[in-house]
Amino acid sequence: MSSPVYRFFEWLDARLEPVRERAPRVPVPEPVRQRWQQGGRLWRRLGPLRYLVAAGLMALIPPLMERGWFPILNGTYGQTVLFNTGYWILLTLGLGVVVGLAGLLDLGYVAFFLLGSYTTALMTHSGAPGQFHFVEWPTWAALPFALIVAMVAGVAIGLPTLRLRGDYLAIVTLGFHEIMLEVMNNLGITNGPRGIPAIPTPSISIGSFHYDFGLNPAPYWWFLLIPAIILAVIMVQRLDGSRVGRYWTAIREDEVAASAMGVPIVKMKVLAFVIGASTSGIAGWIYATNVTFIDPTSFPLLLSVLVLCSVVIGGLGSIGGAVLGAILVQAVPEAVRQLSGGNTLFGFDPLTGRIAIFGAVLIIVMIYRPGGLLAARRRRTEMVTPGPESGVVVDDASATEQEVAPADDVHSAGGRST
Amino acid sequence: MHCNAALIAPTFVTGLILGFIYALIALGYTMVYGVLKLINFAHDAVFATGGILVFYAFGQWFGIVQPLSGVSLVVLMAASLVIGALASAGSAFLLERVAYRPLRRRQGARLSYLITAIGASFFADYLYQQNFLLGPGKREFPNYFNVSKAFTVFGSVVQNVDVLIVVLAIACLIALDQFITRTRSGRAIRALSEDQVAAQLMGINNDRVITTTFVVGGLFAGIAGVLYAIKFGFVVWNMGFVPGIKAFTAAVLGGIGNIRGALLGGILLGLIENMSAVCVGAEWKDTVAFSVLVLVLILRPTGILGEGIKG
Repeated sequence: MSSPVYRFFEWLDARLEPVRERAPRVPVPEPVRQRWQQGGRLWRRLGPLRYLVAAGLMALIPPLMERGWFPILNGTYGQTVLFNTGYWILLTLGLGVVVGLAGLLDLGYVAFFLLGSYTTALMTHSGAPGQFHFVEWPTWAALPFALIVAMVAGVAIGLPTLRLRGDYLAIVTLGFHEIMLEVMNNLGITNGPRGIPAIPTPSISIGSFHYDFGLNPAPYWWFLLIPAIILAVIMVQRLDGSRVGRYWTAIREDEVAASAMGVPIVKMKVLAFVIGASTSGIAGWIYATNVTFIDPTSFPLLLSVLVLCSVVIGGLGSIGGAVLGAILVQAVPEAVRQLSGGNTLFGFDPLTGRIAIFGAVLIIVMIYRPGGLLAARRRRTEMVTPGPESGVVVDDASATEQEVAPADDVHSAGGRST
Repeated sequence: MHCNAALIAPTFVTGLILGFIYALIALGYTMVYGVLKLINFAHDAVFATGGILVFYAFGQWFGIVQPLSGVSLVVLMAASLVIGALASAGSAFLLERVAYRPLRRRQGARLSYLITAIGASFFADYLYQQNFLLGPGKREFPNYFNVSKAFTVFGSVVQNVDVLIVVLAIACLIALDQFITRTRSGRAIRALSEDQVAAQLMGINNDRVITTTFVVGGLFAGIAGVLYAIKFGFVVWNMGFVPGIKAFTAAVLGGIGNIRGALLGGILLGLIENMSAVCVGAEWKDTVAFSVLVLVLILRPTGILGEGIKG
């Protein structure tokens, strides 16, 4: 293989090496970092109250949006994007448990979302005349079932496949998504490719207050999402800090060792699948009732990969990362589209081009910041085994809480040590 | 389950031909897995690159629009196979360099490799989908090779391109088998697949062997890509996706890392898929293919012929 092409790449590789070594380790300015850490400490000191504060802050978004405080996304359009980002956060949190905490690569995550949506549609008074229903319950009554069906599907797909080696899981879950699409396309009860229209929207009446959620993505849809997101966040955080979370970490790091230490591997993996599926069941219910029409094309394979993108780019297993990832995948492309006025940017279509760009970002993130942009604290030094180039490998030193060494020292650790 | 008896024999033949294409693509998965113990999910993009570049070369730049015959056809056919193979090999090479090698240097976790591969695959696919490249629709492949009926076996029409597919696939497999068992590079690949550290200690340049593996897998994927485009008459931005998954399934079915297993798995999968179209219904064929994969993985995780690159 000593062709000129090979030699050219060797040459190019050698030129690029210094760039690669230097590029990622741009240190965060000291004052900014300190301020950030202070803020973090304050935030943690709030204890359980911080969930309320977060909910309050989230509730502020729609009114501010109405006043035009957000630069691009305003009005009804902004509300739609907000809603999309909201259910996407739920999906990202759920897949974050599977991929980020338990370290299982699930490429068919949206299949659970699909099941949640279809369950909702088939348990409420939906569809054209003659549409099959299991029961015709009010929309709210379908919610627990959307959740349960997604979780049961998690067990059903998890039990046989989670005994497989890690990399096979990816393809099997991808296949599961494909099978689900094929089933929904071919079954009579789901109305096949024609989909199910007229899924009833929920309504709330407390005393004299009555509100019907409609097609219009008024702020109330967002208020429906806030408790779901907060609950999911609490669940993920509590699990991460619990014995189960430590089990997951152990499995992720070394399955054989974990199993030798008595970690119930398959049980814990299935649990990760089920917990992950739960948030997408809820998201499916909210999605189905919001858009009121679902068909198999609403849940393409691509969606599974996009959720994975937001988990990985945002930060594996971190809450802030999930939110950031959802914003990057859902809101930012919409904002870009709005800015570009429907035109292409450098030839890239804002909506499909984003996937190409995310693909490239996935590679870059995996190389330079394997824990994602906002890596979970426990994770920052994981995803990599410190090897001979140990100093080079742990590249997030600038972001860890206790600074080990100034960022400059870190990249020279391979060569000269001072 | 009700099988239409009249359709079984013809479907058998079409399934067999499809199987050979799967086998050609599966070689790439199997080679990379044998050496790196890593599923190269971006191999579907490598496959597509071959067909797409030939589409550009002959359809767009040279503007060949009518069927050719005689010497010019042979030359053009050879040229397109070579171009396609080189394009795919080049993209596999690039992939290894840009995505995998930096990860290896940093000793990335297994999950990182998989995510990187997904990223690379989607990057390539959606790059092709942009309007400055293929655009979202199907693009007609230059029809210099007049696809027509060659002969009939068991009542199934065999096209001339099918004959080409089978002959080339068998030739490629024999060539690869010889390459792995007879040459120095092949021995290095086998050594690496058995024990990376020991191979390195014996003076094998691991990086170079890994690159070779990617390139060889890419060559076959490129040939498969061109044949696929000729057979179906179009290229499309995501043309690699479904064949890629199927080929991967085939590789696992036969025993991933095993070259003869790739052929066996490819043919079996092609047959199962087409038979299920007759017996269960065409709309369920992906479900059947994936169910077979899951069953094989559960019952015999190392595939039919077992894992590992062997001589």
